[in-house]
Amino acid sequence: MSLKTPVTIFLLIAVAGLAAFPHFSDEFYLEFFTHLMVMGIFAMSLDLLIGYTGLVSFGHAAFFGLAGYLLAIVTPQDEAVALWLSLPVCLAGAALAALVIGWFSVRTSGIYFIMITLAFAQMLFYYFNENEALGGSDGIFIFSKPFVGFGDWQIIDLANPTTVYYFVLASLVVCYLLLTVMLRAPFGQVIQAIRANEHRTRALGYDTQRYKLVAFVIAGTMAGFAGYLEAVSTGIVSPGHLHWHNSGLVMMHVILGGMGTLYGPILGAFILGLLHDQVQEVTEHWHLVQGVFVIFVVLFLPRGIAGLVGRLFGRARDLDTEETRVADDDEHKVGAEPNGERTK
Amino acid sequence: MIEPILTTRDLSKSFGGLVAVNNVTLDFAPGRVHAIIGPNGAGKTTLINLLSGDLPPSGGSITFKGRNITRLPAFEISRIGLGRSYQKTNIFPQFTCFQNCWLGAQSRLETSMKFFRPAAAYAEVHARAERALDLCGLTHRRDLPPAQISHGEQRQLEIGMMLATEPEVFLLDEPLAGMGPQESEAVVRLLNDLARDHTLILIEHDMDAVFAVADLLTVMVDGRVLATGTPEEIRSNAEVQDAYLGSGEGKA
Repeated sequence: MSLKTPVTIFLLIAVAGLAAFPHFSDEFYLEFFTHLMVMGIFAMSLDLLIGYTGLVSFGHAAFFGLAGYLLAIVTPQDEAVALWLSLPVCLAGAALAALVIGWFSVRTSGIYFIMITLAFAQMLFYYFNENEALGGSDGIFIFSKPFVGFGDWQIIDLANPTTVYYFVLASLVVCYLLLTVMLRAPFGQVIQAIRANEHRTRALGYDTQRYKLVAFVIAGTMAGFAGYLEAVSTGIVSPGHLHWHNSGLVMMHVILGGMGTLYGPILGAFILGLLHDQVQEVTEHWHLVQGVFVIFVVLFLPRGIAGLVGRLFGRARDLDTEETRVADDDEHKVGAEPNGERTK
Repeated sequence: MIEPILTTRDLSKSFGGLVAVNNVTLDFAPGRVHAIIGPNGAGKTTLINLLSGDLPPSGGSITFKGRNITRLPAFEISRIGLGRSYQKTNIFPQFTCFQNCWLGAQSRLETSMKFFRPAAAYAEVHARAERALDLCGLTHRRDLPPAQISHGEQRQLEIGMMLATEPEVFLLDEPLAGMGPQESEAVVRLLNDLARDHTLILIEHDMDAVFAVADLLTVMVDGRVLATGTPEEIRSNAEVQDAYLGSGEGKA
């Protein structure tokens, strides 16, 4: 715990900043930040696979888009659907899809895993892209936001952008805490062991495929949650949500942000998103700038933006690199418990 | 005659045209130290890989305590009480020595599909991991990652991880490989300790160590069992001397 204090302080400041943000922001940036936080949840869910389990999924957008489409499907034309009803349906749909795709995918590894997850996601993309009843390539509007309340009594109004903003912020915090707790629990220990050495993990008595499948389903469900929030906040779902561009974008958030840190991918989503927003005001060559940025981060920040944060806050911890391992000798003496210490 | 704890019947494994293990029929008695020796390429490691489920056999069967385990996957075999250590150190380089043992210890939980309670709060796992670390003699290296300990200590850790799973039968693939004399001595002592209430099946090239700990020896040559017997019997077996011990490359 103590080791992570500097990062914890950073995260608390960040959350406080996000909580105060609506008071200074216009509506455009309010909605933009809502979107960035949604992408943060999405990226965190992928980090569970890439950064912790060692599964490089290139089809993560499938669950994100699928849950959004499910919300559009269960929302009647001119009536709101209850959140209590639509959210479980959408999450269950994403979880089921993850179970099916994962069942096939976890049998493969490396480049084949990348290809099979990509293939499944593209299949779903084409399904929604060609489905005229769901708006085809234009996508579909969700005219009424999910209703949060009982009977006629509305607790929170998801049609209000500020309310949605705080709802998403709360979701982001809850997802982060849930994943943090899970990674310290026995399950989290096993998936991190799988990433480090799957063969030995199996030899020690763990059915590694089952653990990988469960991680895949959890990550897919959380990606679905992000997709649900995106659909709620923007009121539209389009095939682009499932496209491999979106899978690639979120993977970039994870890798640039810092794999295996949870908060790094959130930072990745924010920094890339904000950079995009600023750059496109001065030039239309966004992809050129993005490319340079990616090369810069990969070359100079091998542990991603999170590594930079760690350094700025007085810590550079990563057990993957030998130099820090030696340099941080003292910290290992403290990091004795079998939990998340090694992940920061 | 005691009921064997682990048996193989006509166990075979071929890789393409190469028959690495050829109709091996062996009985392993409980509570004994049974060493498998033989020149390089005799199929010893392949045999261990078959017993541990790392490789599926091409033919024959394996029985553990009366149960056919021939086709069980490696993780099941570990869970029913057969632990193994590897000849080529096979550990978790990113984790500390303690965390390495922890993973072995945690695998004895009913299931690790537990998502909320912190792993550190499982006192029995904690105790098992500490005990394993202590047994393999690495308590003083507890919080160091494997990169910071010596090669011999990594070999000890390899054994420690297996100890943490508290198996009944230990499959040890060259536990002494690459160890200095002092470390070697410590491990031989550990093996003798373990032998008191466990079954040990070990491959070893260090003949002094083999004769010091083994109750029974099996000599393998070209995938086949050449002879099985007590150390004295093996030492005086003419065939064995011809094929292996006497050929001047006793340390193959």
